[in-house]
Amino acid sequence: MNFSRYLIRRLGYSIFVLIGLSILVFMIARLVPGDPARAALGPRASEEAVEQLRSRLHLDQPIYVQYFYWLKSLFQGDLGESLFTRRPVIEDIKEFLPATLELAIFAGILMAFFGILFGVISARYSNTWVDNLIRVFAYLGIATPAFVVAIILLLIFGMYFEVFPTIGRLSAWIDAPPKITGLLTIDSLLTGNFAAFFDALKHLLLPAISLSLGGLFQEARITRSSMIENSKKDYTYSMRAYGVPERVVISKYLFKPSIIPTISILGLDFASLMGNAFLVELLFNWPGLSRYGINVMLRKDVEAIVAVIMVLGVVFTVVNIIVDIIVAYLDPRIRLVEKGE
Amino acid sequence: MKEVLLDIKDLQVHFRVYGGFLKVLNGTNMRVYSGEKVGLVGETGCGKTTTMKAVMRILPKPHGITPEGKIIFKNKNVLSLKTQEIERLRRNEISMIFQDPTAALNPVFTIGEQLLDVFRYSKKNDGLKGKTLKQMAVDSLRAVALPDPERILASYPIQLSGGMRQRVCIALALANQKQLLIADEPGTSLDVTIQDQILRLIHRLAEERNMAVILISHSLGVIREWTERVYVMYAGSMVEEATTPKLFSQPLHPYTQALMECVPRLTGMKTNEGIPGRIPDYFFPPTGCRFHPRCPKKMAICQEEKPPFYQIDDNHQVACYLYKGES
Repeated sequence: MNFSRYLIRRLGYSIFVLIGLSILVFMIARLVPGDPARAALGPRASEEAVEQLRSRLHLDQPIYVQYFYWLKSLFQGDLGESLFTRRPVIEDIKEFLPATLELAIFAGILMAFFGILFGVISARYSNTWVDNLIRVFAYLGIATPAFVVAIILLLIFGMYFEVFPTIGRLSAWIDAPPKITGLLTIDSLLTGNFAAFFDALKHLLLPAISLSLGGLFQEARITRSSMIENSKKDYTYSMRAYGVPERVVISKYLFKPSIIPTISILGLDFASLMGNAFLVELLFNWPGLSRYGINVMLRKDVEAIVAVIMVLGVVFTVVNIIVDIIVAYLDPRIRLVEKGE
Repeated sequence: MKEVLLDIKDLQVHFRVYGGFLKVLNGTNMRVYSGEKVGLVGETGCGKTTTMKAVMRILPKPHGITPEGKIIFKNKNVLSLKTQEIERLRRNEISMIFQDPTAALNPVFTIGEQLLDVFRYSKKNDGLKGKTLKQMAVDSLRAVALPDPERILASYPIQLSGGMRQRVCIALALANQKQLLIADEPGTSLDVTIQDQILRLIHRLAEERNMAVILISHSLGVIREWTERVYVMYAGSMVEEATTPKLFSQPLHPYTQALMECVPRLTGMKTNEGIPGRIPDYFFPPTGCRFHPRCPKKMAICQEEKPPFYQIDDNHQVACYLYKGES
């Protein structure tokens, strides 16, 4: 009924979040010790040249003025120039973001699908050996950092068995599909290039598994416990008591309320997934934004750092908006009840 | 003699917990004749709902305890029915209204979705189509005196008031012609005027459909007004059974007497003493008569053996050694 009102309010909150994020990130980047102009020009540049660059980048102005310059150019689609690649940051992002998005989306799908699947199986067979096995793996999966999983997978499937490629997004002998979305799997499907599709998928698998494992088992645990909790609720018994078959009771009346908490957590797990991507992309030599992010950070490339973090922040915010919309769609209690009513 | 519809014989329900069993139902007996209105009264936690859930075979499963004893419904033992048979039984013969209407409705599905599913699966073999089913859902909401059924079908439980939810629950429970309705404290969570409306509604529907009703209630007033015969339950078994007027004019079991003492009077004559103590621990239940630790008239034998039912007259029996000589 008030779904559109809920949406507008939700989007309004996100704008505040993004403004807050931009201020925070900008401040942190500018307060890092060291002089970016000096770093860019090297130790041998003359004081005058450094001074010139400083004034060109508005580095000699008060920090809030710098922020507004930056905000203004942000709205013009100008994120400044990377001192590391010597080209507009926006170009770098256009090049590297799709790779990270593809990886993160694929990992997110694995996380949601298998997380919920394992959770349902675990709940359905709770306290049997199946459940116990899943729970042991869940502890391992949650406790092991993504980069450790990545190294183990690389060693087993990349080095020892050599069944999966360990580097990059596509094998050298495969023709890359033309760039449409920048996501290789989707572009190759759109152009009907199945060889490229399967090759890209093979490249995706190991890094995506490494990234998704922690969140995946988190989802499984939450799904399991909410299913078990809801199975004791009267509404489960009542549908059963009115002759609705067991399979419908479980797959419909128990499943839907039980995955709502899982989906809410999914948004947060997606954030930690993006964070883990920094190391995992490095390990798999994945030409994505996170690997680019590490490079620019090590070089104190301020414009690029701010842009990378902003972009990741926007991605995270958008993912959480989507998650909130799905949750509100599934749960009328969120959508229909306004605060203070 | 009227036809026996439901006959519960020596029902035992135990729950496995850490380190042992909760011996909740301890030889429960109950008989319901067709078209009759029977009351079931007792303190919270004495096993009323557990008994009824056993009849519907919807006891919580994970502990893997099958109830012992017999629940005979129309010559079939409910406890030994196969899954399909029990589903058919729930669709067409026995139904239950749950204690809390808010908890009994799924919060994330519309009323229509839930009501239509109940019709869909119970009418599956009749080959009825969506439109007919929807008309049946609308009619069922009209039957429980809900205005504007179309709007209610499209609503979620949170959009309805407590009284409306309770009516929706009754519509769900009575989706088909049933022979026995178990009403577990209907309207207890609502205010007294709404509760009265709900009880009237149940009474009217039961009369129209010639349906037997088991009315569970804490409230002796409700029991007295709406039932013909009463069972009094304490800690997992029946302690007294009589026709309603008889029970209220001549309560025999010390527990029944104490229960009646507890009813506050509108005239405010005296303060009630209440029943000392509380429902026993089902992990270590008292031996013999489970009421003996709280009983003002206990004797030596009460601690040793569970008292059998003594038939006082045609329609009054009591499980208490005080009446050993009178049967």
